[in-house]
Amino acid sequence: MPAVRGWYELMPVKRTDKTPMPQRDATDRAQDFDEVNEGYCFAHAMFEAERCLRCQDPVCMEGCPVRIPISDFVHAIAAGDLPRAASILRTANPLPAICGRVCPQESQCELKCHMAKRFGPVAVGHLERFVADWERSQPLGESPPPPWQSARIAVVGSGPAGLVCAGQLARQGYPVTVYEALHAPGGVLRYGIPEFRLPNAILDWEIDALKRLGVEFINNVIIGKTIALDDLFDRHGFSAVFIGTGAGLPKFLGIPGENLNGVYSANEFLTRINLMQAFQFPEADTPLKVGKRVAVIGSGNTAMDAVRSARRMGAEQALVVYRRSEAEMTARVEEYHHAIEEGVKFHWLTNPVEVIGDDDGWVTGLKSLRMELGEPDESGRARPVPIEGSEFVFPVDNVVLSIGTTPNPLLAKTTPGLATHSWGGLVVDEQKGETSRRRVYAGGDAVTGAATVILAAGAGKSAAEAIHQDLSAGL
Amino acid sequence: MTITDYDRDRGLVTIVVQEVGVTTRYLGALDEGDEILDIVGPLGEAPQFEPGGHVIGVGGGYGAAALLCLMRERKQQGDRTTIIVGARQKDLLILVDELREVCDNLELCTDDGSTGFKGLVTERLQQLIDGDQSERPDYVLAIGPMPMMRAVADTTRTTGIATQASLDPLMIDGTGMCGGCRVTIGGEVKFACVDGPFFDAHQVDFDEAVQRSKMYVKEEALAACRRSEGGMS
Repeated sequence: MPAVRGWYELMPVKRTDKTPMPQRDATDRAQDFDEVNEGYCFAHAMFEAERCLRCQDPVCMEGCPVRIPISDFVHAIAAGDLPRAASILRTANPLPAICGRVCPQESQCELKCHMAKRFGPVAVGHLERFVADWERSQPLGESPPPPWQSARIAVVGSGPAGLVCAGQLARQGYPVTVYEALHAPGGVLRYGIPEFRLPNAILDWEIDALKRLGVEFINNVIIGKTIALDDLFDRHGFSAVFIGTGAGLPKFLGIPGENLNGVYSANEFLTRINLMQAFQFPEADTPLKVGKRVAVIGSGNTAMDAVRSARRMGAEQALVVYRRSEAEMTARVEEYHHAIEEGVKFHWLTNPVEVIGDDDGWVTGLKSLRMELGEPDESGRARPVPIEGSEFVFPVDNVVLSIGTTPNPLLAKTTPGLATHSWGGLVVDEQKGETSRRRVYAGGDAVTGAATVILAAGAGKSAAEAIHQDLSAGL
Repeated sequence: MTITDYDRDRGLVTIVVQEVGVTTRYLGALDEGDEILDIVGPLGEAPQFEPGGHVIGVGGGYGAAALLCLMRERKQQGDRTTIIVGARQKDLLILVDELREVCDNLELCTDDGSTGFKGLVTERLQQLIDGDQSERPDYVLAIGPMPMMRAVADTTRTTGIATQASLDPLMIDGTGMCGGCRVTIGGEVKFACVDGPFFDAHQVDFDEAVQRSKMYVKEEALAACRRSEGGMS
């Protein structure tokens, strides 16, 4: 390792370790919905950027689904050139402030980092967030020119795929209209991810930036119901449509008692809190009933969001129940650690089999079975097998199901000729993202099933390129 | 609250609102010429009947309003249409003249007999089923409070008359995203927002539906109370 010199010596960490993210005290933060991570200061960022080995072969980039030139932007930080770092980042990923906060870096860029082989990886996510937050603090430049292309584009859904597609097309000069079914834009970034992980102010800034580019947002319109997809072409005069409707349909387990009062899908639970501000009830009009003991079923990021929200809504005991083991958990490791710090208890290898209720139909318990790991199943993960006679009951007041979502069939059902896979995902041409309908493109969870923000952003970006090419070529 | 009428050419939607909670009180506090941000819809699926039969629409409370455009459409499709609406007393019946216009036969029921048939809508329905063969319905459509729809379902259950109930459970987005509006129909879980609102009334698990509708009774009262104290600004 190079000798530590100058102000670096003042840093409270070893250069071999990832510079920790400053974060709020766990007891304090579990009382409110304000952001947990406080972000690097300039010194943290410089120090962390200097940890990058400047590899000849920057493999970190291979781990990135949208191939951000990570080493370039990290070197720009190390050189103190934040405008350049911001420009490199934003060219490759239009949503850096969001991805820096929600990407599973440990299984992407940071997994590949050569530093990770012996020490902690370079904190690519924290640096991405730092640069994007710095950019947001800068004064806005001159207003961009108004759209100059004649072909108008409609974007259906304002989640990450839609936002990125709209932004890329607007930069190419296209007038873009984004239709959103709910009353506020952002899709899963708004209704799904809580403010303690992704503050609404950041999302609002990104949306305002798109508005400055000339993108028009129309809320409360359900394409497929309010306006048929064909009418977007025939009556509204759009030349191309991008579908980024996500995977918004919650799955249920199908176990007895699932319709008891106090059982929620994670979607309902989080939407009431994030979109409808139920944590402010009765100042806000939408309530959410959270008891003293809440069990969340599942192990993904949404499960972590739900269980940590339950703590913040006043649950004294918040538990995660998952039929597989810790090794098969799908959440970001940071969220898992935050959840533990906030007092969430994890029950691995525990399979819920029935929700138990009282005479009034309210949840009183979650009957579960202990599991052990058997042979690998079709997903390659060890199959959990029930241990006979291990049945027991968690006494709980709420059960939140966070076992995945599938694409919403509403648009496909009402649009002739829009092909879907049997599981509901839209069929697209892999290169262009074009669906079975001409000039109708799609990307994000609506195509892949529930995945990550960065993959959706990447799909939105490549679809925008395909739309531009097809329209330019008059195809 | 329900849609009662629409006019596609003029871009009009008419809604009928009974002030019971926060949102309906917001609406009730509006003056002529005031605006609301948006109205989203129509969502869900239209009720499916084979045309050409005798349809009886049974409505209670705001359900009478919901029957207006539905029964007019049935009549335009060539159905013979009867509407049965009920209330405690005569002056609580709504849209009587409008309903009379859109059907072949309007039956009024009041608990006190102040007009029409004295008794419940289901009692009148039973009479029509038991009476002259020509009065017997081929389809029954029930829209109104849960106990009324359940009673209609019980009335027709053994008769083999196809009966649909319009369910309006609590829901957030209306697009299938939250699953809060799940109802059990013949042992299968359905979302009322996208699969409904019309379901085979004989298959509906009314116990569960009633229980789920009470989930936020306390909070609804608290919110409504807060709003009336603080004004509707």
